Amino acid sequence: MSRRPYIREMRRSWWLRRRRTLFYMMRELTSFFIGLYSALLALGLVQLARGPQAWDSFIALITSRGGVIFQLLCFAFALFHSVTWFAVTPKAVPVSAPAKAVIGAHYAVWAVISVVILLLAGRFVDGSIQ
Amino acid sequence: MSDTVLLSITRYDPEKHSKPVFQSYTVPYHEDWVVLDALNYIKDNLDGTLTFRWSCHMAVCGSCGMMINGEPKLLCNAFLRDYQDKTIKVEPLDGFPIERDLVVVIDSFMGKLASVKPYLIAKEERALSEGEYLQTPAQLAVFKPYTQCINCLLCYAACPQTKLNEDFIGPAALALAHRYNLDTRDGGKNARAETVTSNEGIWECTFVGACSKVCPKHVDPAAAIQQTKISASVDWFKSLLQGSRS
Amino acid sequence: MRAVSLLTRMAIDTSRTTISAPPDPWPRKKAMELGPRDRLSQAFWHEQKKARTVKTAYGDVVHLDIRHLGEKKIEERLPRVRELATTYCGVDPVRAPIPVRPVVHYFMGGIHTDIESATLVAGLFACGECACVSINGANRLGSNSLSELLVFGAFAGRNAAALATSHPLPREALAVSLARAAQARIRTLFEREGGEESTSRLRKLMTHTMETGAGIYRTRESLEETCELLTQLRDRYDRLQLEDRSNVFNTDLIQALELGSMLEVAQAIAHSALRREESRGSHQRLDYPERDDSNFLKHSLAFYRGTEPPDIDYCDVTITRSKPGKRVYGDGVP
Repeated sequence: MSRRPYIREMRRSWWLRRRRTLFYMMRELTSFFIGLYSALLALGLVQLARGPQAWDSFIALITSRGGVIFQLLCFAFALFHSVTWFAVTPKAVPVSAPAKAVIGAHYAVWAVISVVILLLAGRFVDGSIQ
Repeated sequence: MSDTVLLSITRYDPEKHSKPVFQSYTVPYHEDWVVLDALNYIKDNLDGTLTFRWSCHMAVCGSCGMMINGEPKLLCNAFLRDYQDKTIKVEPLDGFPIERDLVVVIDSFMGKLASVKPYLIAKEERALSEGEYLQTPAQLAVFKPYTQCINCLLCYAACPQTKLNEDFIGPAALALAHRYNLDTRDGGKNARAETVTSNEGIWECTFVGACSKVCPKHVDPAAAIQQTKISASVDWFKSLLQGSRS
Repeated sequence: MRAVSLLTRMAIDTSRTTISAPPDPWPRKKAMELGPRDRLSQAFWHEQKKARTVKTAYGDVVHLDIRHLGEKKIEERLPRVRELATTYCGVDPVRAPIPVRPVVHYFMGGIHTDIESATLVAGLFACGECACVSINGANRLGSNSLSELLVFGAFAGRNAAALATSHPLPREALAVSLARAAQARIRTLFEREGGEESTSRLRKLMTHTMETGAGIYRTRESLEETCELLTQLRDRYDRLQLEDRSNVFNTDLIQALELGSMLEVAQAIAHSALRREESRGSHQRLDYPERDDSNFLKHSLAFYRGTEPPDIDYCDVTITRSKPGKRVYGDGVP
C-alpha cells in the first residue's frame, strides 16, 4: 500500500505562536495566582487560631514589601480573571438571556458582594490596628 | 496593487517525499477570486498534480478546510483581496494526518461524530397514525444554530485540546450532540451521556473559545459545550439527590 | 461579479426595460414573478436577444430585486441569499438588486428505472439525480429533487438489500476477473505516455459546446454541431495525458475518469435532443416551438454503443391520473 499519512508534531511552544492562544494561557495562569492567594488566606486563618504571636507574624508577612507586591499581583490577576470570565459567561447561558444582561448581572452581584464585605470589614476594624 | 499573487502550498506525495515540502506558484489576481479559484487555476493550467478537496464553492459543503496563513479557513471563503501583497501560505488542516498535499485523513472525526448518536432518538415509540411531531418556531430557534454545522473541521484545527488529547470528542461532535439534546422531539440525552460526559467529552474542554471564533457558520460549539457542562452537572446533582432518597 | 443561481422570485417582464426604473405599481402582480425556472431562463434568453441584459465580467445578467421585502423579512426567510450575495457579489439585497443569470446545476433525466428504482441491468438500482423513474416528466420542478431522493432512495436501499440477501454470493473468481478488467481499463489511462490532451481543456470545450448548442434554446444546427464536437472530444479523450501519476489520492485520475463519463452522458443528451423535433418542458427548439404529442409523447432512451454515438430509442409514458394538458399560469399566460 502506497499510503503513508504524515503526522505533524505539536511543538511545546504551540501557545506562543498565536496571540489568541497566548492570551488564553495568560488567562489560565491567573488561576494559579488565585490559588496561591487562597493559600495565603488559609495561612492567615491558621495563624489566627494559633494566637496573637502567630497572627502578628502573619500581619508582618502581608505588610512586608514582598507581601504587598505579591498581593497587588494577585489582585491584578484576579481582576483580569474576573473580567475575562464575565465576558464569556453568556456562552454558558441558554439563548433566551441577552449577553449584556448576563454580563451586567455578574458585575452587579460582584459590586453588591464587595460593598457588603467592605461594610462588614469596616465594622470589625474599630481601631485595634494602630 | 499587483496583478499577480504568490502562493506557497504544502506538497506531500508519500511515493516521492519523506516529509511535506512547500512549492510556490504565481497566479493572476482577480478582485473577486477566492483561494480556491487560485488553486483550481494552478491545477488546470500550471500543475495538474496539485491535490485538494473542494465541492460547492459557497461554504455549505465543508470540503475545503485549510490553514491559510496559519488560520483555519475555507478555501472558498478566503478572498485573495484580503491578502494583498502578502504571500498566501496554504497548508493542510492542523491536527490531522496528511494523506496527500492538502488532503488530510479525517477518519478519527467520523468515528467521534458517530459516537455521539447524532440522530433523533424518540422519547417513546410513535405510530405513523399519530401524525407528525409538532414544534413551534420558538422551540426550533433554541437549537437551530447547532444544526448549521457543515463538518468543515476548522474548529478541530483551531482547538489546542484536540492535539493535546487525540481522543477528545471535539467541538463539532459535541455541538451536534447538544443540537439533539435541545430538540423537543428527542429523548436521547441519557443515551448520549456516556460519550458526551466522558473524560474525552465535554470535560476535556478548557474553554479556549477558538472553535467558535473560526466557525464559518456561526454554530458556536464553545457555547454548546459550556451549556452541556452545566446541564450535565445539574443532572449529576439530581441523580445524587434521587440516589440518596431511595 | 460571480453570478448566483437563485431559487427566489425573479422580476422579469419581456415588455419593459430591465435597466430603467420599473413602472408603477411595483411589484407587479401576475407578471410571472413566481414562475418556474425553465420559464424564467427562457425569458432571460429573450431579454438577452433584445440586448436588454446587463453586461458583466461573467456574462450577461438581469437584476433580481427583493428590496420590497424589507430587511426583517429577508433576514428571516432568505438569510442565506443575503449572505451569498453580500459575500460573493458585494451586493446587499436589502439595498440593491442582485445580478443573476441562468446556470446549469441539475441533471434532468438519467438512468432509466422502474417504480422500485430497479434499472435495466439486473441487480443495479439507481435513485435521485442520476436516475429517471420519471415522476418529473420533461422538467424537474423546484424542490422536487430532495423529496424524490428521499422516497426513491428508500425504495432503492430496501430493494437492493432484499435482492442481495435473497441471492447467493457471486463466484469469487468471476468477481475478481470483472474487477481486473475494470482495473485494466483504468491502468491504460493511468500509464499512458506522450498523450497530448489535458482533462481541463477537454472539459472546458465540452461544457462550452453543451451550453451553446444544447442550452436553453436549441436548433438542429446547434445540436448537430455539438454532436460533431462531442464525437471529436471522445476521440481526443483516448489521448488524454495524466499529469499526476501518484497512487495516493490522485484527483487528476478521478477528474479524468469523470470526464470520460460526462462526455458519454453529454452525447446522450445532445443526440436525443437532436432527434426530439418538438418543444416540451425544459427542451425548447427554436425550429420546433410547439409540443408534438402524436409523435413525441414518449421517453427518449439512449443505448451505449462503445466509441460510436448512442442509439436513441423510445418507450411509452405511463399516464394514469394526470392527463397531458396545456401548460398555462395565472390568467392564461402561457
